[in-house]
Parts: sequence; structure tokens; C-alpha cells
Amino acid sequence: MLRFILTRVSLIIPTFIGITLLAFFLIRLVPGDPIETLAGERGIDPARHEQLRKEYGFDKPIIVQYGIYLTRVLQGDLGKSMITQEPVINEFSSLFPATVELALCAIIFALVFGLPAGIIAAIRRNSIFDHGVMGISLTGYSMPIFWWGLILILVFSVQFDLTPVSGRIDVLYYIEPITGFLLIDTLLSDEPEAFWSAVNHLILPTIVLGTVPLAVIARMTRSAMLEVLGEDYIRTAKAKGLPRLRIVALHALRNALIPVVTVIGLQVGVLFTGAILTETIFSWPGVGKWLIDAIFRRDYPVLQGGALLLGVVVMSVNLLVDLAYGLINPRIRHTR
Amino acid sequence: MTTETMEAPAVAAPTATPPHPLREFWSYFSANHGAVAGLVVIVAVVLVALLADVLAPHSPYLTDTSIALKPPFWQEGGSLTYPLGTDPIGRDILSRMIYGARLSLLIGIVVVAVSIVLGTVLGLVAGFFRGLTEIFIMRLMDIVLTLPSLLLAIVIVAVLGPGLMNAMLAVALVILPHYVRLARAAVITETSKDYVTAARVSGAGTLRLMFKEVLPNCTAPLIVQASLGISTAILDAAALGFLGLGAQPPSPEWGTMLADAREFVLRAWWVVTFPGLAILITVLAFNLLGDGLRDALDPKLKRS
Repeated sequence: MLRFILTRVSLIIPTFIGITLLAFFLIRLVPGDPIETLAGERGIDPARHEQLRKEYGFDKPIIVQYGIYLTRVLQGDLGKSMITQEPVINEFSSLFPATVELALCAIIFALVFGLPAGIIAAIRRNSIFDHGVMGISLTGYSMPIFWWGLILILVFSVQFDLTPVSGRIDVLYYIEPITGFLLIDTLLSDEPEAFWSAVNHLILPTIVLGTVPLAVIARMTRSAMLEVLGEDYIRTAKAKGLPRLRIVALHALRNALIPVVTVIGLQVGVLFTGAILTETIFSWPGVGKWLIDAIFRRDYPVLQGGALLLGVVVMSVNLLVDLAYGLINPRIRHTR
Repeated sequence: MTTETMEAPAVAAPTATPPHPLREFWSYFSANHGAVAGLVVIVAVVLVALLADVLAPHSPYLTDTSIALKPPFWQEGGSLTYPLGTDPIGRDILSRMIYGARLSLLIGIVVVAVSIVLGTVLGLVAGFFRGLTEIFIMRLMDIVLTLPSLLLAIVIVAVLGPGLMNAMLAVALVILPHYVRLARAAVITETSKDYVTAARVSGAGTLRLMFKEVLPNCTAPLIVQASLGISTAILDAAALGFLGLGAQPPSPEWGTMLADAREFVLRAWWVVTFPGLAILITVLAFNLLGDGLRDALDPKLKRS
């Protein structure tokens, strides 16, 4: 077991180095002088230029520069935003909970609708329901979610005036961040309306971000269930005369869930990609919007640090899924 | 060598001859109604793109503020001159969408062509030479796969500067690992087969083995992935356009049109609805086609 964990953990080291290399060279590939890029000052005088060159270590060989950069990253120093002068890591950690809250809600939404839809589609194979689910999920999979968000705003916010268009909570409320998750923080506060305001703000972004994972989960669940339902042990269970519900829920679903869990793990990267677009549409104050804003402000330290941190987060989640998968399924653990 | 012995197999042959591969493929493919529908839509989009100059009622760039934000013809205030209405600076939305089909197809095809060529070569190299070369290539691809695709594309575009060319390059790099992995996996299964050994024994060089022997036998998965890749490419390029990092205004790219229209969502539903619908339908068509191709080309997945 320990061996399994150690191999899996050691496998991410090259990936981590690759991500840091990418982030390191990112700044150096930006057209123009890297010092002016990093310092955010244009047309500075030679003396200051020289001083900054020393400060950032640009006078040293590139390998040494990378070494310095890597050491800093491992100490959690990712530089300062050129606009706010705040350390990048602080900005990231203050915005990250908003993204996580949105992503969690989206994946829960996707599971709540995707799993049952996939299961029923598999049981009633080739029925109208099955064709409907497959058609809708392929459409969801093909959805340009930035457009989907605009359409939902058009219908629910503009036509029916049901949901707010942007932000996380009504401006009326000020909630002291405790966990950073507004749904929890508002419950801890003594304003029950604030909680409902937060829920209301979450609905549309959750649907938008959850659509693609929902489609993937429904399709995956259906095909995994179909495969399992054809197995001999299901026929045995049927021959024994077990109730249908028991066969589906106990015998089939448990085995079908293994590939589905993997797919959910792989959706983390997709979720962050989607979060960038969703946050932009709904002005959601998370890391996705922060990164896009950084591009337009040419705030390269934020872009560099933010991309690195997001990459590390996705990498770690993938690792955790991998490990959890090994724990659940001994067949995986013992290969390699 | 009498005529009788020559004739005997000739008579037996017709019953034993399998159907022509293309015919067999079509019989599987046409049984899948979704795939056929996808193909029909794609052909229609291609025709629209090719005939844009004839079909478009107006220039996609011509602005006229006196007719700004006209609704589609079936709504009050709309007219058939501008069937799907006009955008905030008075350009005909239908004409822009017709020219947009050109851009989107171009993006899809160029991006997939670039990454399929590069990916196949890298995959063949990895699969043939194994060892350090393979580890290096595959680890690099794993890193690319680890990062969320759009994030990586955004970072690349942020470095190179916004624009259609850079966006296409970024998307091509992002989808590259799929082709590398496919090509490598196919090469590894194929190289152990007898026909490759036979070719090697008869003195074929590595390049010949790679491109003349092995490659033609692993095209099926690549074709399937190409069809699915075009949909990803169109979607990602449109997303970049929407974020202001892809094609730049006044280019009639569908994603860029949506970016321009975003702030008018409250006043004019048509400026946001139609370009997105075009993206959705085109992407859906390529996904349907890809699914159909996979079912028809890959016997292992057939009827599963």
C-alpha cells in the first residue's frame, strides 16, 4: 500500500517541475523587456533598470535564475501583483474559496441530475427516456457555456426577473468571511436573508458550470451501467428472483460507480476551465475572473503565480483521486 | 495450370468476398441517424462557408448606426432586409454569421491539421524509439494534459498577445496530447504484429516502417479523434474570442460576436442568441459525426 502511495506521489514531481518551468519561462517569453514586464514600469532609467535587474536576479545564468525561482515558489513566494502590490499568494487564497464553492455546487448539481439520468437511461435502454437523455447530454457536452450563461440570464433574469445577474451576494449584506464559503458564512451570521441572497446568486452560475460535467456523468453512468448489467452476476441475481430495485441499486450500481468516480475526478480540470468563463459572465469574484482581469491589466506576476497555483491544485486533486481510486479498488493498487 | 483449376477459386470467390471496406463502413455509419444528421449539418455549414459571398445579403463589416439593434423580421420593428436583426452598430447579424462559418471551419480544420500532424509524428517517434525519448515526450504531454485546457490556452495567448493566429496556435498545442497518445498507443500495438516484423526483415528502414507500414493501420482512431478535435477547437477558439483573446473585432468570429454583444443582453436578445446557437449546432454536428465514425470504424466498440 505504502509503495503504491509513494509511486503515485513521486510521479507528480516531474509534472510539478514542468508546471514551474512553464510559469518561469512565461515571463521571459512575453515580448519586450522582462524587467519592465515584471516591475510594471515602462521607460525606466538605466540606473533603476540595473538595480531591478539585480533585484530580480536577471544578471545570473538562467539555470541559477530558475533555481532561485523554484526556491521562492516552494517557500510560497510568488511575487507581488503589479496593480495592488499584494502578494499573489494572498490574493489567490482570498479568492479561491469563491471558486471552490461554485465548483462544488456545480459538481453536486451534476451528480444529482446526472447519476439518476444515466442509471434510468441504462435500465430503460432504447426507450424515449434513454434517447432523450443521450440527446440532451450530447447537447450539453457541445454547449459553449459562455453563451449558455448569457441565455440563462436572458430567460431567468431578464424575462422572469427570478435571479440576479452578477456577484455572489446582494450588496446590502456585509458578511465577515470566516470560512470563505458564503453559504456557510451567511448561515453563521445572524442574517437569514443573506443566506437566501447567496443561494439566489449561486443558482445560475451553478447550472452553467455544472452543465458539461452533468452531460459527461450521465453518459458515463449509462455506459458503465449497461456494461455491468450484462455481467453474469446480474443474471444470477435475476435468476435468484431478487427484486429489480435491489439488483440495480446494490449489485449493478456499486460496480458501475468505479469508472464514474474516475470521470468525476477528471472533471476537476474541466471545472476550472469552465470556472474561468462562468466567473467572467457572472462577475463572480473568484480566481478565474482574477486571472482574466490580470491579462488585460498586463499584471504578469498574477498571471504567472495564478496559473502555477491552479495547475498545482488540479495536479493535487488528480493525485488524490488516483490514491482514493487505489484504496477502493485493489486491482489498481497491485498493478505496478 | 489448366483452365479448370483457374476457374474454381473464381467461382467460389464472390460468396466469400467481404463487402468493400467503404461500403461496410457506410452501412454501419448510416444506421446511426445522429451521425448522418451531423454529417448533413456539416455539409450545410461547409456550403454556407464556401458560398458566403453569394449567400450573405450584406457586408459583414458595413456599419450603419441608423439601423442599430433592429430586431429579427418576425418581431415588431424588424424587416426582411435584416432577417436576424442588426447588432449595436448596425451590422447585419445573418451576414456576419455566414462569414463566421468560414472562420469557425477554418479554425477547426487548421487547428486539428496542425496538431494531428505534429501529434502523429511525436507519437510515432515515441512509440518507435521508446526509452528516454518516449519518457520525455509522454511526460511533456502529461503536463499539458494536467493543466486545464482553457487555462493553458489563455496563458499562451496572454504571452503571445491576443489574436486569431495565436489563439489557433494555443488551441492546437492544448489538444496535441490526445493525438500523441493515440498514435503512440497504436504504434505500440502494431509494431508487435507479424507484418511489421516481415517488413523489417525484408529491410525496410525506420522511416518507411513508421509512415508506410504502421501509420496507415492506425488511422481509424486518429480520424475519430480528428472529428471530435474539430469540435473542441471551434469551442475553445470561440471561448478565447469571447474572452477577448481570440479573433479581434470587427472580425465576424462567432465567439467574438458574443463578446461584443454581451452588454446588450438586457436589451436585444437576438444579438447574443444567434451566434451562440451557430456554435452549438456546429459543435454538436461534429460530435455526432465523431461518435458515428467511432462506432463505424472501431469494431471493438461496436454495439457496446
